[in-house]
Amino acid sequence: MAPIQSAEQTVLAIRPEGLPAFWPADNPWLHALVFIVASIAFALVMVIVFIYVERRGVARFQLRLGPNRAGPEGVLQAVADLIKLLLKEDIVPRLADKVVHLLAPIVATVPAFMVFAVVPLWGDGAMLADLNAGVLYFIAISSFGVVGVFMAGWASSNKYSLISAMRGVAQMVSYEIPLVMALLGVVVFAGTLSLNGIVDAQSIPFALLQPLAAVIYFLAMSAEINRTPFDLLEAESEIIAGYHTEYSGMKFALFYVAEYGHAVAGAAIFATFFLGGWKGPVLPPVLWLVIKMLVVFFVGFWARATLPRLRVDQVMGLGWKALLPLAVINVLIAAVEVLFWPSGTTQWLLVPINIAIGALLVFLWSRTVSLRGGRVEVRTRAEVKA
Amino acid sequence: MAFDFVFWVLAVIAVASALLVVLLRNIFRAALAMILCFTVIAGLYVTLGADFLAVVQVLIYVGAISILIILAIMLTRDVWQAGRASVVGPVAAIAFFLFGGALVIGLSRSRWPAYTPPNLPPGEGTSASLGFEIFSRSGFVLPLLISAAMLLAAVIGALFLIRDE
Repeated sequence: MAPIQSAEQTVLAIRPEGLPAFWPADNPWLHALVFIVASIAFALVMVIVFIYVERRGVARFQLRLGPNRAGPEGVLQAVADLIKLLLKEDIVPRLADKVVHLLAPIVATVPAFMVFAVVPLWGDGAMLADLNAGVLYFIAISSFGVVGVFMAGWASSNKYSLISAMRGVAQMVSYEIPLVMALLGVVVFAGTLSLNGIVDAQSIPFALLQPLAAVIYFLAMSAEINRTPFDLLEAESEIIAGYHTEYSGMKFALFYVAEYGHAVAGAAIFATFFLGGWKGPVLPPVLWLVIKMLVVFFVGFWARATLPRLRVDQVMGLGWKALLPLAVINVLIAAVEVLFWPSGTTQWLLVPINIAIGALLVFLWSRTVSLRGGRVEVRTRAEVKA
Repeated sequence: MAFDFVFWVLAVIAVASALLVVLLRNIFRAALAMILCFTVIAGLYVTLGADFLAVVQVLIYVGAISILIILAIMLTRDVWQAGRASVVGPVAAIAFFLFGGALVIGLSRSRWPAYTPPNLPPGEGTSASLGFEIFSRSGFVLPLLISAAMLLAAVIGALFLIRDE
């Protein structure tokens, strides 16, 4: 019989076996303090790394040099940008809803960093809270991001901001469903909702066992965090900068950090769910996680540098007509395999089977489902009556 | 326990934001106050050790219902000006006091069984036991299926209602 714990220890779900012996695992407040500081520091450093890697990487794709002046090879460019934004004048439109205008960047930024509470960053069990409902926690927190976008779009009292906010809500609400369904396939295989348990269950990375789920999750994640080709919220050619058109100075910097913070969180979640998280030989666990996150992020900005932006109806069609049914079928297949396939070493055989099923389904969908849809026919009143 | 302190802080915020929801003239801000209220209630669930319920509260009430309410507000005509005083105000006040009074009296009079904290092993949480409770054959799987069928019927009905001729 386990000893009765305090509510704090139950909520944080500290697992002392993953931590060094000197660790104060029986003092949840000290544990929480250390890991909150460490997680946020990790996330912020990764934001700077991602900004640098993306700016230089996209520049290479476009045959430019990219920022290379501040510091050696331009690594201090993000710092220089931040200082510039800090010193800029903060302009609030006269007709704006001042309070909401001020709160929106904060509401947009905080959830991106709250995700890291449940991601095993430093090794087995070395995380802020090994929540048993960790997957649900991640989904719930990421649904907060919509609120920040909507607050910004509404408070700016600018029609482009408002259009962007409406697009954002439509896009994020639609893509949340396939995202959750894709993660469900992984959860069925892992048999747990704890992110640490999901990493533990990956003797074979789930990207191989669940290739279709990995693809669906990657696309839905790109749409959730508004990466190109899904960046309709800030489509410069149509609606200026979208919901943060009316933001300047530090508030704009917060939106910038929020965007890359969501990208970091999405990459960390993808690495944890599909690529085995911190697992890997020789190198320390956190380094493996960083490498996998950078690989995921590279694929993301590779798509950004290569693909043009989708139209609104195409984005909606992809989400509802392609990703959602495929994700549901994937969950069904995963459930059948877990029920009837003998667990053990024969799991390797599922890898080619699932890759074949995934490829077949994607091929079938690409042949049958048209993403165009949403055609608007304008009819006069007389035509309607006739 | 420090969670008692957290509980009281959250309780005060919850009541204050709930008051803001009904008292604010600007209906968009009222919706935002409601999001705050839902979130704080999720925090209250955490202090009570109900982790699954807390997460689902945020997922459904903040992520889905509040967003739908905000969308409905955007499609309403008189949002941009502050709302006018409603004619049903006095009726609503009387109904509130009747219903609220009945609720307070009923809750304070009835005898609740004393709460015993569940003796959970470290990090077990409540999701697994809830899952067994709902999906096991002796559990609530039939009501779950019935409610799913009802929701499906409601969606199909809604589609039928808004369908073009």
